[in-house]
Amino acid sequence: MDIKWDEILITGDPIILGSQIAILLTSLGIIGGITYLKRWGWLWREWITTVDHKRIGIMYIIAAVLMFFRGGMDGLMMKAQTSRPEMSLLDAQHYNEVFTAHGVIMILFMAMPFLIGLMNVVIPLQIGARDVAFPQLNALSFWLFFSGAMLFNIAFVVGGAPDAGWTSYFPLAGKEFSPGIGNNYYAISLQIAGLGTLMTGINFIVTILKMRTKGMTLMRMPMFTWTSLVTSVIIVAAFPIFTVALALMTFDRLYGTHFFTVAAGGSDMLWANLFWLWGHPEVYIVVLPAFGMFSEIISTFSRKQLFGYKSMVFSILAIALLSMLVWVHHFYTMGSGALVNSFFSITTMMIAIPTGVKMFNWLFTMRKGRIKITTAMLWSLAFIPNFVIGGVTGVMLAMGAADYQYHNTLFLVAHFHYVLIPGVVFAVFAGLYYWWPKMFGFLLNEKIGKWHFWLFVIGFNVTFMPMFFLGLNGAVRRSYTFSVESGFAPLFLLSAIGSVILAIGFAAFCYNIYWSIRYADRNISNDPWNARTLEWATASPVQHYNFAKLPEVKSADAFWYMKKNNEGLTLKDDEIEEIHMPSNSGLPFLMCVAFGIVGFFLVFEWHLLAAISSILIIAGLIYRSFDYNDGYHIHKDEIKETEKAWRNTEGKVNNHVS
Amino acid sequence: MEKSSQRFPLTHVFGFVLSLVLTFAAAWVALEMKLSFSIVMWIIGTLAVIQAGLQLFMFMHMTEGEDGKVNIINIGFMVFCAVVIVVGSIWVLTSGHAAH
Amino acid sequence: MSANVNTALPLEYQTEQSRMNILGFWIFLGAEIVLFATLFSVYGVLYKNYAGGPTHQEIFMMKEVMIQTVLLLTSSFTMGVAIWEMRRNNKKGLIGWFILTLLLGAGFLYMEINEFIHYVHEGATMQTSAFLSSLFVLLGTHGAHVTFGIFWATMVIIQISKRGLTPVTARKTFIIGLYWHFLDVVWIFIFTFVYLKGMVL
Repeated sequence: MDIKWDEILITGDPIILGSQIAILLTSLGIIGGITYLKRWGWLWREWITTVDHKRIGIMYIIAAVLMFFRGGMDGLMMKAQTSRPEMSLLDAQHYNEVFTAHGVIMILFMAMPFLIGLMNVVIPLQIGARDVAFPQLNALSFWLFFSGAMLFNIAFVVGGAPDAGWTSYFPLAGKEFSPGIGNNYYAISLQIAGLGTLMTGINFIVTILKMRTKGMTLMRMPMFTWTSLVTSVIIVAAFPIFTVALALMTFDRLYGTHFFTVAAGGSDMLWANLFWLWGHPEVYIVVLPAFGMFSEIISTFSRKQLFGYKSMVFSILAIALLSMLVWVHHFYTMGSGALVNSFFSITTMMIAIPTGVKMFNWLFTMRKGRIKITTAMLWSLAFIPNFVIGGVTGVMLAMGAADYQYHNTLFLVAHFHYVLIPGVVFAVFAGLYYWWPKMFGFLLNEKIGKWHFWLFVIGFNVTFMPMFFLGLNGAVRRSYTFSVESGFAPLFLLSAIGSVILAIGFAAFCYNIYWSIRYADRNISNDPWNARTLEWATASPVQHYNFAKLPEVKSADAFWYMKKNNEGLTLKDDEIEEIHMPSNSGLPFLMCVAFGIVGFFLVFEWHLLAAISSILIIAGLIYRSFDYNDGYHIHKDEIKETEKAWRNTEGKVNNHVS
Repeated sequence: MEKSSQRFPLTHVFGFVLSLVLTFAAAWVALEMKLSFSIVMWIIGTLAVIQAGLQLFMFMHMTEGEDGKVNIINIGFMVFCAVVIVVGSIWVLTSGHAAH
Repeated sequence: MSANVNTALPLEYQTEQSRMNILGFWIFLGAEIVLFATLFSVYGVLYKNYAGGPTHQEIFMMKEVMIQTVLLLTSSFTMGVAIWEMRRNNKKGLIGWFILTLLLGAGFLYMEINEFIHYVHEGATMQTSAFLSSLFVLLGTHGAHVTFGIFWATMVIIQISKRGLTPVTARKTFIIGLYWHFLDVVWIFIFTFVYLKGMVL
């Protein structure tokens, strides 16, 4: 299949043309702006070549918020199209492209980077370390994600967007039924981004196991660290499956093999099997860090130690194990029969148990605590009932026989939005409000935050609650319209109105960021929430090297212990030593460009060019192998100055709420 | 941990010879002996697992070092996932109507 | 990056960073186990879908497969000896056994490429059937890993020659050793469940 030059730029569609022009103008605007402000050097030195986990985390989060906007626009378009019966805002082809982009972006380019970004910022600080185990690999992870995301994002204006759903089922996703290059974008951009995630998994396992500060045993780690550790293990176990699946998809589409094409003996169901072998652990990869964040936030704003620490740990481990044993529940109706379906129904229902244990632990943490209603706490409080709705509808879906009624209706769509949005989106909002002062040195506005919260939560429920009932009445998913006779119109309209409220909530969030950057007080404490864990024993924003003196931990909730017992809060001049830090590197960014080029040529099936340009990747690897740069040292004087700026005169950490 | 001063690493030789024996035994069972398919597969499958374990512990020093325990848990869990993936996929795709 | 040096340990384990790199590589090998398991599962589902094309027994050359197996197994042994020489601080011995390992690996690859050419001549390409697609990709992924290993090892040999045996070069060598042994472990399963199984079907 030869892709021709004139098929590259999509023509003949005014919305797409408008987007192409907008993208071009925005790109020129950004380049022009940076040039005018003479900030290329700064950008390169401070951000593009950074290996600092805090900076990398912020870049992930910025990318995630931008992607949230695009994925949200996709959602709004879908809601607009289905707000009335038989509307022609989006035809079927466009609708398919929109829901495909919506799914891929929200899960892989919004949720994953948002969570990994917060993990990056917080985990080394929580364990009392100065960076992750492999800082340059960490930067590479970000830039590979960025490369894959950019490649995916240009699809709709350059060559054609993928349109087979975020699950890309065969035979629809194969060459026979999707002859264009849209689904090549899917296979290749997700492959590139997936490599980055696998590297993150390895990085965080080694970091958490090997770089905890003195006295922090596994059972004294903060719960967010525990969930990040287990999440990283699931990443390492699950992502290689997706690597293979996408590679086989690439081979089928580009090289004519027959893995999933039924002619010549392939199996289309094999794709679904492999996809969900990865896909189910993936949803636990997104939800476990979120659970960890809620544990931190609920504990801090109940002014109480997390209830049931040991059972929390066991639950996370049980969830990780079971998450590898439930995948068939995504395709009960594909025909594996009663025995297979029964096995997976049982394992799926079982996984609700450890999740329930965690729910009760959060409730018991709040019981008899001194609750402080901050925006972060509001998100956590709303998570509890909303996620439970998602969870119990999940148990309904788990029953294989019953699922024949619910499968691929809007009931399913409502279920997973009720677990993903309260479970993941509320968590990243909560985490962002909570850790924002640590990242930037000022707080997000609490009043605007409450507007954000109420609009978003109300909008979310008005959007998705009707979909349960639409689904039970027979409305199917991925359908661009419905008839008047179906009777679906009132609930679809209600849902669409909800999505507008949701969008206004997101706008409030964006406004909060803008307002706070402009007006918020920069003179805040290092510990504005009177929190319990070690990341708060640093300056806000955190010093470059994290800790002048690595803390010594005596119990769980290490910082709370330090405050209560007045231990370890003071830094004396003679305790300061030179600190060894890793050097910046431009190689991760260059690899991003290299992968982008190779990926682009593969998408367009220009095989020779792809093969030749892969030399760039190999060159990068060779360079890295011969790179013996061992970092640099920060001198004592610089550390003294930095520490003086945020500690009080006795060298003590501020430990009151501002 | 071995910091050996032997003339030659005898454990390696032993592991090597044993691996060769297991390899040729499997080939002989499969290609020369006239057993049923099922029995052959169980025998050579077992020989493969033994040889893999042998190499993991003897050649790769899996339990060595301060992270030996972590290695065992990690490799153990991944092997568990591997079995689930292989056995699970074959079971799911050869059951019910899924098996064309 | 800390200088937590413990000179009682073998050279490759002496620094804290080295211990982290080695652990990180073991975890990566765990991911590779899952990767190959997935390829095996695909083969396990599709291996009898001949689509009217060539079957196992029509194309496999068992004598060559046995030779390949012995080459790779021996190369795993010679790699083990190379690491043993490294622990005795014998740079010359290390490089010698290391190069021998790569030559045996190259021999394995040469035979595998010939095997693939033979298949194609017999009309068995990866586009012919699902069986052949899964066969070529499973074998080819393993072969690609071996190829990558040879190039990677060559670069490390250059670094050992230039810089001598340091904690860093020792660690890099040890890690490739793990990688190389791992590829032989995967081959055991390919030998058993692809070649032998295919011949007794």
